[in-house]
Amino acid sequence: MILWRWIRAFVLFWVDYVVGDDWTVAAVIGVALLATWGLVQEGISAWWLLPPAVVTAAAQSLRRTVRGGRR
Amino acid sequence: MNVSVLVSTFLAATIEVIEMVAIVVAVGVTRSWRAAALGAGAALVLLAVLIAALGTALQDVPLRPLRLVVGALLLPFGSQWLRKGILAVSRDGWATGSGEEHVDDDVPAGFDWKGFVLSFKGVSLEGLEVAVIVVAFGAASQAFGSAVIGAAASVVIVGAIGLASYRWVARIPRRALQLFVGSALVTFGTFWAGEGLEVGWPGGDVALVGLAAFYVGAALLLVRATSSWRRRIRPRLETGEPAPAGFGR
Repeated sequence: MILWRWIRAFVLFWVDYVVGDDWTVAAVIGVALLATWGLVQEGISAWWLLPPAVVTAAAQSLRRTVRGGRR
Repeated sequence: MNVSVLVSTFLAATIEVIEMVAIVVAVGVTRSWRAAALGAGAALVLLAVLIAALGTALQDVPLRPLRLVVGALLLPFGSQWLRKGILAVSRDGWATGSGEEHVDDDVPAGFDWKGFVLSFKGVSLEGLEVAVIVVAFGAASQAFGSAVIGAAASVVIVGAIGLASYRWVARIPRRALQLFVGSALVTFGTFWAGEGLEVGWPGGDVALVGLAAFYVGAALLLVRATSSWRRRIRPRLETGEPAPAGFGR
């Protein structure tokens, strides 16, 4: 029981650490990482992909947050 | 004493140590100094064990997957901070929050495990890279002593500069600090994840400067955009009118 509680707390910590309060940001970053990996496998230099993906994810999250009246 | 090995190791290690110290200072100033120090300490203990156990075999430790994991974990976490910082600055302005104990809303009253993990990851990854540099430079010229002294000097000097910068960093208003630390975390996350994926950063480590400029510039633009969205939405929220078509999708 204690072990189960510990595992649950450990998993929840990492979910909160990665996902935070907007899962779409983590999802976009995950897709961008996969796309970067795919391009690199094809021999394409893909250093330019991650930065705009991160900023776009943040922008759409901010817009949705403001629209929802949160903060 | 091999001076050329000492200087080469010092310069190569300094790049990694700057990244290490930047993460620790960022976590300490914005979250918890205790968590930052304990995270760094735990990472150094792990490194000492690894160095003692592996010795020169450290050169064979695969750094690429390690960089990818650390970068991929740091990216979404840093994005959360960047997003929170932009929201706070667009709502409260740049000068709000001087002298507050913590910046992030989710810093717990007890031990800050998130701060610990951030500090631990940064120090263990960069520390391992420093150790590999020492082994590589030392083994190549059979001058381990000089390589160790060069790396140690780098840690001491950059660490002292990092500690000295604390008072200066602490003067920055907390809301603005959250935004800039968020930019720094995303910068390191992008760089390390990219290195792990072997994207081939233009200019090597110098790309960190370009990434930092890009993210800070984007954050400043997003502060303006978010303020504008707030101004557009506020009158409608007060009057109960629906948001304009296409807004917020």
